[in-house]
Amino acid sequence: MRGRVSSRLLRVSGRVAVGLILAFIVLPAVVVTIAAFNERAILSFPPTGYSTRWFTRALTYRDFRTGLWNSLVVTAWASTLALAVGTGFAIALKRYAFRFKGSLEGVLLSPLIVPHFTIGLGLLMLATGLSAGQGWPVLVLTHVIVVLPFVIRSVYISLQNIDERLELAAASLGARPRAVLTTITLPLLAPGLVSGWLFAAILSFNEFTASLFVTNQATQTLPVAMYGYVREFADPTLAAVSVIYIAVTAALLTLANMFLGLGKVLNVEQGR
Amino acid sequence: MTPAIRRRPFLSLFVSPAVLVAVAIVAAMAAILRFSLHAYVPGSLDVGGFTLENFADLTRPIVLRAMRDTVLICFETALVTLVLGYPVAYALVRTRSVLLKSVILVTAVTPLFLGEVVRTYAWTVVLGNAGFINATLRQVGLIDRPIQFMFTEFGVIVALVHVTLPVMVIMLAAALAHIDRDYERAAQSLGAGPVRAFLTVTLPLSMPGVVAGFTTAFAWTFSAFATPQVIGGGKVSVVSTLVYQLGLSSFNFPVAASLSLAGLGLALGTMWAVRRAARPLEALGGH
Repeated sequence: MRGRVSSRLLRVSGRVAVGLILAFIVLPAVVVTIAAFNERAILSFPPTGYSTRWFTRALTYRDFRTGLWNSLVVTAWASTLALAVGTGFAIALKRYAFRFKGSLEGVLLSPLIVPHFTIGLGLLMLATGLSAGQGWPVLVLTHVIVVLPFVIRSVYISLQNIDERLELAAASLGARPRAVLTTITLPLLAPGLVSGWLFAAILSFNEFTASLFVTNQATQTLPVAMYGYVREFADPTLAAVSVIYIAVTAALLTLANMFLGLGKVLNVEQGR
Repeated sequence: MTPAIRRRPFLSLFVSPAVLVAVAIVAAMAAILRFSLHAYVPGSLDVGGFTLENFADLTRPIVLRAMRDTVLICFETALVTLVLGYPVAYALVRTRSVLLKSVILVTAVTPLFLGEVVRTYAWTVVLGNAGFINATLRQVGLIDRPIQFMFTEFGVIVALVHVTLPVMVIMLAAALAHIDRDYERAAQSLGAGPVRAFLTVTLPLSMPGVVAGFTTAFAWTFSAFATPQVIGGGKVSVVSTLVYQLGLSSFNFPVAASLSLAGLGLALGTMWAVRRAARPLEALGGH
């Protein structure tokens, strides 16, 4: 009897604790949303009136517009290149033995541990040494390097889940390697490729620290432009940008969860 | 092995692009090394002769203090994140309701996909002197003057915990999801209560995830720049903010390079030490 009471108490307090921690996670998003609709030019609580003018300003502010466009361009290039590079490498990693395989893997996965400011600084120095400056190629290369480990991981996991016998069957029926690759392997990998690309795109779109080092006024991405804004102004415009950001990201994730099963992508489904 | 696989079709097509990227990574690290070993010429991005001066420069008190603070902040952040992340990961994996599972997953994971800048900015709105917490406390009448959260180590840690929590939850949930629940059922059928079954079976089995989550949180915190820069506001100095100051504000590439290398060594060394110290714990999870 006592056991049952204490285990119920435990369950209730566990739920309360989890609820509080989730509240902690959500708190900044909620507060920033309230701040974005405040009419006053300085951040203050409680809000004194309702206004959407900060959204208007956010959408018309020049640095944010060019930043958004730059971000979209860089993200499209970087995530697509990373998908191409990462898919090939993941297949080779899973299927083939070749020289320097381990070292190559180590170097390509190192951005998971090497701080982004070190990667950014190194590429800035490299570009300066080559007199390439802070142009588009360096920026795209930086993003490819930073998101590649996630693409490799995502494609590698999907490779583990496809049945190699299907490929062998095609090959034994006379399909050339190219036909096996394009009609069997890549179609079977499609969900992994989509989630890898999505992952890469979201991470690239949000990348900040390394970008800060390798961008200039003309190539600055949205996060870099936002950082510049925080340092200069204190009005709620950035709150409005944040709200748009949060809403779009949450919507994308909810969609991804519905169609792809986020739990599977993140590998957190209960085994049995 | 089948001939098709032994012949390794498209090997060079698959690997060459990856080799190019790897060469770029190595070249970037080599560039840092080159700058770190050459003298700083004020007002120029070119460097002087070979020198070890840049590394000697790192023993200045301001740099040593930043390194010590960085390790302490990373440690505290990783520890708090672990304590907060575990219950959420546990609830995520064990809840039976599909709806609740989705809600926890999306809530816990969304911040992971929001850049550091958005999250850091949001925390300045929460923690500022006219921000949410101070305004609320003042309304309730608990305080007369605002509590200073901005520009303090405490404020930086609160925001960093928020930044690292999602990745901790994901790593812990992955570890918990792969534990065979029969072990727990066995313990309970042998008379262990839920608490005892958790402490003696589930918790030890999840240790590899705990160690992996802790070291990843450590690495992420070490890498964080916008959070200590904006919330710390110059009052909290860590390796990342110092590298930025040296490299991009004063264009002293050589010392920025030597500090980055020292920082990298510090991060890898600390993570290696943590892994090593945690080896007995990890062994508990071995099947």
